[in-house]
Amino acid sequence: MTVDTVGRFERALEGLEVGFERVAAADASERIGTMAEEPAVGAPLPFEGVSLPESVTTDPTTAELADARTGVTPVGFAIAEYGTVAVESTADGAEPISLYPERHVAVVAESDIVPNISAGFDRLADGFDTGRDSVVFATGRSATADMGDLVHGVHGPGDVHVIALEDR
Amino acid sequence: MAQRTRSEQADRIRHLLETEGPAIHAHASASNARRKETYGGTDDLEALRTDARAIKEDAIDRLPELIETVRDAVEANGGTVYVADDAADANEYVADVVRSEAADGADADAATAEPSVVKSKSMTTEEIDCNDALEANGIDVTETDLGEWVLQVADDTPSHIVGPAMHISREEIADLFNERFDPSDPFETAEELTRFARDHLGEIIEGADVGITGANFVVADSGTITLITNEGNARKCAVTPDTHIAVAGVEKLIPSLPDLEPFVDIIAKSATGQPISQYVTMLTPPTDSPTVDFDRPDKPITAGTDGSDDIAETADDTGDPDRDFHLVLLDNGRMDMREDDQLRETLYCIRCGACSNSCANFQSVGGHGFGGETYSGGIATGWEAGVHGQDSAAEFNDLCTGCTNCVDACPVKIDIPWINTVVRDRVNRSSEPESYDFLVDGLTPDEENGGLDPGKRFFGNIGTVAKAASATAPVSNWLADAGPVRALLERTLGIDRRRDLPTFQRESLVDWFERRGGFAASSQRAERANSRDRGVDIDREVVLYPDVYTNYVDVDRGKAAVRTLEALGVPVRVPDLPESGRAALSQGMIATADRQASQLYATLAEDLDAGRDVVVIEPSDLAAMHREYERLLPEESFARLRDGSYEICEYVYGLLENGADSDMLSSGDGAEPVAYHSHCQQRTLDLEAPTVAVLERCGYAPETSSAECCGMAGSFGYKREYYELSVDVGERLAGEVDGAETIVASGTSCGDQLETLLERDVSHPIELLAPGARA
Ligand code: SF4
Repeated sequence: MTVDTVGRFERALEGLEVGFERVAAADASERIGTMAEEPAVGAPLPFEGVSLPESVTTDPTTAELADARTGVTPVGFAIAEYGTVAVESTADGAEPISLYPERHVAVVAESDIVPNISAGFDRLADGFDTGRDSVVFATGRSATADMGDLVHGVHGPGDVHVIALEDR
Repeated sequence: MAQRTRSEQADRIRHLLETEGPAIHAHASASNARRKETYGGTDDLEALRTDARAIKEDAIDRLPELIETVRDAVEANGGTVYVADDAADANEYVADVVRSEAADGADADAATAEPSVVKSKSMTTEEIDCNDALEANGIDVTETDLGEWVLQVADDTPSHIVGPAMHISREEIADLFNERFDPSDPFETAEELTRFARDHLGEIIEGADVGITGANFVVADSGTITLITNEGNARKCAVTPDTHIAVAGVEKLIPSLPDLEPFVDIIAKSATGQPISQYVTMLTPPTDSPTVDFDRPDKPITAGTDGSDDIAETADDTGDPDRDFHLVLLDNGRMDMREDDQLRETLYCIRCGACSNSCANFQSVGGHGFGGETYSGGIATGWEAGVHGQDSAAEFNDLCTGCTNCVDACPVKIDIPWINTVVRDRVNRSSEPESYDFLVDGLTPDEENGGLDPGKRFFGNIGTVAKAASATAPVSNWLADAGPVRALLERTLGIDRRRDLPTFQRESLVDWFERRGGFAASSQRAERANSRDRGVDIDREVVLYPDVYTNYVDVDRGKAAVRTLEALGVPVRVPDLPESGRAALSQGMIATADRQASQLYATLAEDLDAGRDVVVIEPSDLAAMHREYERLLPEESFARLRDGSYEICEYVYGLLENGADSDMLSSGDGAEPVAYHSHCQQRTLDLEAPTVAVLERCGYAPETSSAECCGMAGSFGYKREYYELSVDVGERLAGEVDGAETIVASGTSCGDQLETLLERDVSHPIELLAPGARA
């Protein structure tokens, strides 16, 4: 990962109208709290020293998931060239949490931002080898033009923010 | 009988042009423009396309083995694989799974409710009419892709592989929904319609017993289903209900995960011009994701797992124990297509719809005109012939004019026009003899069986016709213009009387060339030009190919080509050469084309051996030599002719590059504007650029057209049933170039179409460049 890669990722997200922010791990919890419009649900973050703010409910019930405005999840890695985040189907519900609420806040370690799709597939293959073999490449916001004009937020989130942990 | 079919077809096309055309054109042309832009900005595009094709070739080759591989993988994951022979078999299996799942999962109070299914868009389930079959089994089915859902509400069928409801405008959707759902505030904007759909479908997804999806790709060795959407509905359908059925044609199998990469990278680029789709879901079901049971609102979604925070630790091979997964692999004719040397390529198709978007005729009428029972656009011919049979393909097959626009668009490099030619040939051979055969018989000593539509035979043998017409010109021209003759031509051959027929010249190009002294005189002229020109002496010799139109109709452009070459110091021969087979090919008369190709090669072999260059004016004839001859000639002969033949402006460009003096040609004032319409096949052969370069060198400022096609594409615009479509397509081009002071076009048909629509002269670029042209 180089600074360039992060820059490229940021530009790609900008083109997709996805928010982007780099934060130090120590400040992450607070920043996530600001981003996460309530009610918010989340999947636990696997980054040492980084935890979800109090306002984010983990292990949500179905009703909490259905009512949530925001879903906060970690993502396994990100692909700079397309502004893609890789959401893994884990048992703690990252996939539905990233999908059902209107807003998705994706948290990624900067060291997990890879430059291009080829490097993304290498990461994907590594995951497959360890049994993490259901992954969504999510790029931008859910969209459709089926109703005559482009509209965002159809079945998936219409609002996406990415938080990159600088020192991870 | 033939006549009634023809006018019915004309009526149907006219109706579609009016009702669905405008919406289709807006969407398809926008996607096509974005695709071109994205393709243009992708550095490794050719490598991607080559990779994608190679992977598909290999996968189809190894298909039986991959089916066993995926069976093992899915079963090891805890799912089930079912290979269905045909539609009925697949539907029965799917209905059984749904029924037993609903019975298992039903609460006491819900036991009486209809089992319910939510579906994500899938052409394969359309192919087998899955919805109808499920509903006949008392199962409630809801499409969740917004476009598909609109169709379901409207009781309509898809008109595009990717944008199924492309033919319906926003206003029409709003009217439909206002009537059906009767909202308190009538829907108007796309935003309002989408919100409503989201909420409405969201509830249905939450309550569904089973989710059915297709699969864009299936990775055999891991059992991974890839679903690609922009809306996110496939994700919800696949993982919200605890049972997921994926229905996919067997051709969707690819060997392993790395094989997926080029497809993920290219499919959205070709479909909509997006760099990548919003959601590329790679699902190896049953997945670890918890099932979300909306009937139990207070149950934590993660209950039943150990709640561990460590992602790696919770991942395992069997997924959430509540989950059930079925992969239905559909044959339905595909294994036979695999054995068919001509149709096999169809199985490489990744259903991106780029061929439809790039097709001028599709842009005008959409998939309800240009499609069969399920699939639409150019590649639909292959699909329909393979899965529903030739009859289903026959009806719309003629709408492929063989322009080759789709050839550059297809991410897996399928030669779609060739598949269309082959199916046309097969359809020709299977039809009943027509009663008008006698009329064409005398004129057309071809190799085809009886039963071929007389109009097709007429156009397929246009060389013979032209020869006769030229020999009897101008009488033949007067006759052809006479009302009663036009009526007869329309009735018997389907030639629309509104279309001007070509005017045949009494003196053909070959005769003119002989009269002025043949090769000897041409050598002297070239010699003189060489001595005047202090530039380099170019030691080449040209055989100019007198295609039917140049020889008998547009003799002027032939003369201009001869003069230009001579002025640049190159002596020319214009022998009487056999037809290229292009006309026969476009009517699906492959046997005739095959014979003509062999004759032409045999006649030219000595020239090629002597190192002479074959120069061709009509792009479609050059395209036959450079593309289709690969299928008609022995490999070496094909390569020899391909390497030794050039398009006229490309050749002139080469001469100028090699030191010939452009001062010998007619030139503009340095920035003289010229509107230039290349020709469909000329573009596919990458020959637009050299013409532009030559025009620029000679002091013109060419503006190239961006419209896909002129709409004539050979005989297409002459036929009564297609006349209006041809004009519709042509008007898009005409509107683009109309303002220009000078218009040139490389193809005969293009020039004819523009001259008719604009009522002004449109010549070949070589006529602009030829010495003395501006005098
Ligand atoms: S034939 Fe090629 S361009 Fe057409 S849908 Fe299939 S893959 Fe896409």
